[in-house]
Amino acid sequence: MHNFTPVSALIGGVIIGLSVVLYFYTTGRLAGISGIFENAISNTSLRLSNTLFLIGLVIGPLLIYNIILPNNPIAFEITNSYLLIIPGGFLVGFGTRLGGGCTSGHGICGIGRLSVNSMIATALFVATGIITVFVLQQLGVYL
Amino acid sequence: MNDKIISLISGVIFGIGLVISGMTNPEKVLGFLSITHNWDASLIFVMGGAILAFAPFFFLLKNKEVSALGAKIELPEKQNIDNKLLIGSALFGVGWGLVGLCPGPAIAALATFDPIVIVFLVSMAAGVLAKKNIIK
Repeated sequence: MHNFTPVSALIGGVIIGLSVVLYFYTTGRLAGISGIFENAISNTSLRLSNTLFLIGLVIGPLLIYNIILPNNPIAFEITNSYLLIIPGGFLVGFGTRLGGGCTSGHGICGIGRLSVNSMIATALFVATGIITVFVLQQLGVYL
Repeated sequence: MNDKIISLISGVIFGIGLVISGMTNPEKVLGFLSITHNWDASLIFVMGGAILAFAPFFFLLKNKEVSALGAKIELPEKQNIDNKLLIGSALFGVGWGLVGLCPGPAIAALATFDPIVIVFLVSMAAGVLAKKNIIK
């Protein structure tokens, strides 16, 4: 497991928040990534602009790690087998769309707007995430 | 046209924030969800920082008729707390805990070129489309 990194977490968080501000100020839409992802893979009028948002999401890390920090690879550690990745991905896709948002749509935009629904949604997905990790740890899947 | 350029730029900034915050690393996110063992509270600072940056602007802008590019301001309609919200969010949390990835970091993690990210995203797309086709 990892060390607590409050400074980089806060700086990264503020940058994410400013992106949400820019997007809302200019387009009038809230930057919820699960909704943007759904539009990008569906036949909607927002398909192209939302696909471009997702492409930007990949370009951002590539810019940082190729130009600003060229010698540091992006930290990405995953110990899971496909047995967990595939159902995990499916539940993230299904659950976020059924619940109307993810960590960005409910967690950042929703709580930022003081939406009670989003506060409940966020509390719930954090709670079930914690329970899931706890159960897997008891089963010896995570250290 | 402007809408598309702005979407791309917003995505780039969002992705930079995600990678600086460390949230593109599944182990880091699982560290936050692991409250009984080596808890890493960093994710709270990521969310807190983003909310603090967004909330004041939101309340400044929310009553405007149109956005800076002249688009309609689109806010989610007020809804009752229903089973969809509760069940959907609970299921999302289970998936999040199984892998340590949510939609934003999963897409940004394509920058690592790790094939496991593609497997996750294909499964996530299947979940999105399943919901779209099964439940109105």
